[in-house]
Amino acid sequence: MLNKLNLKKVILFVLLLISNLAFGQQIEMADKMRESGKIYVVVAVLVTVFVGIVVYLLAQEKRIKKIEKELGENS
Amino acid sequence: MLALKWWKILAIVLVLYSIIGGFLIDVPKLPILHETIRNTYFHVTLWFAMMFLMTISMVYSIKHLGKPSQQNDLIASETANIGLFFGILGLVTGMIWAQFTWGAFWVNDVKTNGTAITLLIYFAYTVLRGSVEDDEKRGRIAAVYNIFAFVMLVLFLGILPRVNDSLHPGNGGNPAFGNYDMDNTMRMVFYPAIIGYFLMGLWFVDHRIRLKKIEQKLTV
Repeated sequence: MLNKLNLKKVILFVLLLISNLAFGQQIEMADKMRESGKIYVVVAVLVTVFVGIVVYLLAQEKRIKKIEKELGENS
Repeated sequence: MLALKWWKILAIVLVLYSIIGGFLIDVPKLPILHETIRNTYFHVTLWFAMMFLMTISMVYSIKHLGKPSQQNDLIASETANIGLFFGILGLVTGMIWAQFTWGAFWVNDVKTNGTAITLLIYFAYTVLRGSVEDDEKRGRIAAVYNIFAFVMLVLFLGILPRVNDSLHPGNGGNPAFGNYDMDNTMRMVFYPAIIGYFLMGLWFVDHRIRLKKIEQKLTV
């Protein structure tokens, strides 16, 4: 099982590499950045920003729920 | 822990997926566009989310005219507000993208000009709402205007760019989804991203409606 899976991965990787070599040259892309792995840094930053926004939303959600409850009890 | 509605969780998951997948999954290599093709996941999705929100707004305006209720009016106005917010973001992101692909922040493209007019029409909607004191009157006038505004949106974003030539892909003539310079891998990020941003918008709407209701309770 494991061997089969690994083999598939290796074949996929090789094919991707070939296709990259074959077609990658004509148009400039940020391949270098990806090769050196640094695009992940950008992704990490964006994910952090988005997580921050979600945390804010959740905090707001909690606050609204609390007020809703208080108002519901009063009336 | 606070229990979150399922669609709010879905919104988080889908947008998160679009950020990660949007940067790491392969895209077609096209001249002029280069890596900026990835903006499709972030700029175009905002517009789709806006159109969904405006459609909801229009539907609730019609509902409000048929059977006036505070709830209908509230949904109609807040979806329009958040839709407008997404529209402004879409316009600004589009300007940045245009600068680096079409060569200027503002090229006189039919679709770009059309969106600017559409946004102004919706601005007028919020101004109109703010200028009428009476609740009932405001609801009815706003609903009628909102239906008109939606017709203008369809005209400026859906019809005119197809009748005339536009720099935007998928315009000029009568193309469908096949013409966005996208391949199937891109669609795997694009469609979930649309749903994600739309649900995010609904979340904002949800907060605004609830806050408005709290406000009303406090003033009574």
